[in-house]
Amino acid sequence: MTFTKLLASAALVAGMATAAFADGDDKTKLGFVFVGPVGDGGWTYEHNVARLAVEEEFGDKVETVFVESVAEGPDSERVMTQMALDGADLIFTTSFGYMDPTINVAAKFPDVKFEHATGYKRADNVSTYGARFYEGRAVQGHIAGKMTKSNTVGYIGSYPIPEVIRGINSAFIHARKANPDVQFKIVWAYTWFDPAKEADAAKVLIEQGADVILQHTDSTAPQAAAQEAGNVITFGQASDMAQYAPKPRVSSIIDNWAPYYIERTKAVMDGTWESKDTWGGIGTGMVGIGDITDAVPADVKAEAEALRDSIGSGEYQPFTGPLKKKDGSDWLAEGENPDDQALLQMNFYVEGIQDDIPQ
Amino acid sequence: MDLSSINPLLFIAGFFVAATPLIFAAIGELVAERAGVLNLGVEGMMIMGAICGFATAVETGSPLLGFVAAAVGGAVLSLLFAFLTQIMLANQVASGLSLTLFGLGFSALLGQNYIGIKPPRLGDVDFGPLGDIPVIGPILLSHDIIVYLGIALVFGVWAVLKFTRAGLVLRAVGENHDAAHALGYKVVRIRTLAIMFGGACAGVGGAYISLIRVPQWTEGMTAGVGWIALALVVFASWRPLRVLLGAYLFGGLVQLQLNLQGVGVAIPVEYLAMSPYVITIVVLVVLSRDANRAPGSLGRIFHASQ
Amino acid sequence: MISLVKRPEPSRVFSLAAPLLAVLATFVFGGLLFAALGKDPFLAIRTIFWEPLFGEFAFYYRPQLLIKGAPLVLVAIGLSLGFKAGIWNIGAEGQYIMGALFGAGAGLAFYPAQSVFIFPLMVLAGAFGGWIWAMIPAVLRVKFGTNEILVSLMLVYVAEQFLASMSLGLLKNPEGFGFPGSRNLQQYASAHNAELIAGTGMHWGVVAALIAVIFAYVLLARHRLGFAIRVTGDAPRAARFSGVNPTRLVLFCLGTSGLLAGLAGMFEVAGPSGQVTIDFNVGYGFTAIIVAFLGRLHPVGILLAGGLMALTYIGGDIAQSKLGLPAAAIQVFQGMLLFFLLAFDLFTNYRPRIGRAEVA
Repeated sequence: MTFTKLLASAALVAGMATAAFADGDDKTKLGFVFVGPVGDGGWTYEHNVARLAVEEEFGDKVETVFVESVAEGPDSERVMTQMALDGADLIFTTSFGYMDPTINVAAKFPDVKFEHATGYKRADNVSTYGARFYEGRAVQGHIAGKMTKSNTVGYIGSYPIPEVIRGINSAFIHARKANPDVQFKIVWAYTWFDPAKEADAAKVLIEQGADVILQHTDSTAPQAAAQEAGNVITFGQASDMAQYAPKPRVSSIIDNWAPYYIERTKAVMDGTWESKDTWGGIGTGMVGIGDITDAVPADVKAEAEALRDSIGSGEYQPFTGPLKKKDGSDWLAEGENPDDQALLQMNFYVEGIQDDIPQ
Repeated sequence: MDLSSINPLLFIAGFFVAATPLIFAAIGELVAERAGVLNLGVEGMMIMGAICGFATAVETGSPLLGFVAAAVGGAVLSLLFAFLTQIMLANQVASGLSLTLFGLGFSALLGQNYIGIKPPRLGDVDFGPLGDIPVIGPILLSHDIIVYLGIALVFGVWAVLKFTRAGLVLRAVGENHDAAHALGYKVVRIRTLAIMFGGACAGVGGAYISLIRVPQWTEGMTAGVGWIALALVVFASWRPLRVLLGAYLFGGLVQLQLNLQGVGVAIPVEYLAMSPYVITIVVLVVLSRDANRAPGSLGRIFHASQ
Repeated sequence: MISLVKRPEPSRVFSLAAPLLAVLATFVFGGLLFAALGKDPFLAIRTIFWEPLFGEFAFYYRPQLLIKGAPLVLVAIGLSLGFKAGIWNIGAEGQYIMGALFGAGAGLAFYPAQSVFIFPLMVLAGAFGGWIWAMIPAVLRVKFGTNEILVSLMLVYVAEQFLASMSLGLLKNPEGFGFPGSRNLQQYASAHNAELIAGTGMHWGVVAALIAVIFAYVLLARHRLGFAIRVTGDAPRAARFSGVNPTRLVLFCLGTSGLLAGLAGMFEVAGPSGQVTIDFNVGYGFTAIIVAFLGRLHPVGILLAGGLMALTYIGGDIAQSKLGLPAAAIQVFQGMLLFFLLAFDLFTNYRPRIGRAEVA
């Protein structure tokens, strides 16, 4: 048994090795594994926009392939393997759930580079990258705090995971700074994708008095609900959602992966690619802040832009002490900033948020 | 926790909008099932309606034309199902599931150029001074025409099934197709029409999501409403008026869940989210004591020479 | 006019020719679709059907066919027993989820202890999870006469919510930085459903699927219970006269299909997938319904149909990557294949006759 196992795996590795070396042409080949359809208008759509930007940038020197709507688990492992077998030099795996499959496949193809989005496991040929969307949330929080007349801000979350909680905390801290009376109403949709449910959630929040809606779900449904309601403002999520500007959409957070994808492709071409963890924010352009419209008063707009720029330059960090957790215990001392590890696994609300994180 | 921030008028008014796609899809399926056809392709027909309606509304600028196109799109897709099950005598469960697969894929191909576009808006019906009546005005008289059409359709189907000869024939075909055939009714033709009616209704229901409720086009945007509609038909024990009741219950529970979250009631969301389904099962058990049962020939293949 | 005449016996020739004709028709129409999308139709079809089996990297794809096909076959075999008897379990997706949750839960309860008893215990727990979930519609149907189609379908959604709850709560990996999802069972030796021979794709789930095929074949061909199933499906009234107990049949058919679906979920979570996550289920329970019908509810047919479906999935992904075909085009192509297979099946049981049409 052990012997056959050894023999079989040796044969497999040999087969894969020849396959990987069989690719003779000098084009740099990139593979993209997408969790949703490229037509989802949100997360996957933006990754695909970045893929096209890479093609635009390098023209004939690159060839990109992608597979969309790949289920996490064995399907993703198969698709990655297939791309590696077909001679991909660099493979972007763009969903948290691809983490273990990426590590597994990377171990079998030491000469292929992998880039895994939003994960925390790395290897010699696996980098991780993610975006500090919470930086953008700070800007939104500020505008929200200034603009709300009912002092009620609605927030639509997907699932209660650190990524989303981080955004809520960041938005809340800056909304409170701008307006000490502001309250957040948080509704969890418990789905990644269900536009009708997002519409319902937005309507409910508006009916309950929210006049600003922040969303951590990707469809434009909340925008339309806000437009319908009238005096409600919203922010675009994932893409600019400019079709709802100047109102209700007054600004947006844009996932801008293109600069990073271009940089990493270049690194592979130059042979300078190394495994690293990148967490880009406003400063590196990975988090784009969409145009703040004229529906926002000029002074608020100027403040928001100043906040954006100070975060972008690294002068200011959205999580800066003194801050307490919701239960009243101390979190950050005066002037203290959390390290990335603490940010990554944030699982508590900051002081002032009334709701509890669903358990 | 402050329950007072839930506005009961808006809360109840929200039921109507949330329930409308369900009502259309379910009443269409109900007619098909009363004719003895189990079409599990509702989700596929809805999503076809969603894209046909969306594309037409965007191109022509008229949401109402969009709804017409959605009905046509859903009906055309359902013809495929009718051909398979009525002419080629294929199994209805498998054909329906395949139809959903096909519809999801085909709609995505059609919709490639419609991502990120805002469709023209369909306004609410203006009831003039009637809209200002307290309570009734905001709850009942503040919606778009499709909401009312949906309710009218349910009553229309109810009346046709109960009082007309056409309804009688349809039910006869669904109860016992061999007997109906022996009486000289054209089983295949009647069923094909029922299937097309179901497809058209599902299409309108889908377009209501893409044109009014959300409104945008994204692949797979119906996100399972078609399946809930199927459940609703059985929940309603094949009675049209109970479809209305069920649709408001299903839509209402989602609204209630979100409302409670909004006011900060610490509810386990997953368990509340599963409640409509659990309640459906409970209601089924309760209803099982009365005489409502599935049409006798539901899902069975009909061939004249048998 | 053309009319149809029922054959006294299903045609042997057509039961073989119909699938071939269907595949051929799919090639033609699918080719037209691919051409309309601006792709080389011959290359596309070759990529989908030839590449995984005989292409350059077939050594990798052939084992993948087993991994993709095994859960489909395992679930479909269970469903086919009920379908034959007119008992409609369309909630296998939910039973699959519950099997995975019970199985993974049983394994993770012992983490990090290592013991040879953990995996067998997980198998039992997974089977139990699927079985108990299917017994809900079974018992309700037997006790109250509720419709099992609806109850089993409803329970899929309930199971999905359980899955989300477990991924975010009880089964969440304590070392996972707060991200949803359980520990990876692939990294827990006692609970890992590993390949039995590395590189072959052969894991316990594949073995279970093959055993299920043989079991179902013997049951239907040789056993009294198999006779009861067939007779109930063909002529319910006659079945009662011949002493079939409908209550026991419902409990057996739903229970068995739930048990097999639960096993499929358990083998998947402990092996190829490794983790309980919010999106763990990928529709095997629904696809298996199609597989069961494509296989004409016959064990061997289901084995072939499961293989064919797995082939189109794997080949479809290759075609997406190599030719840039959108996933939607692959879905449409699969839909066409199913339509043609279902449609041409007509000629197995009927023959067309040209002449006076009967009133239909």
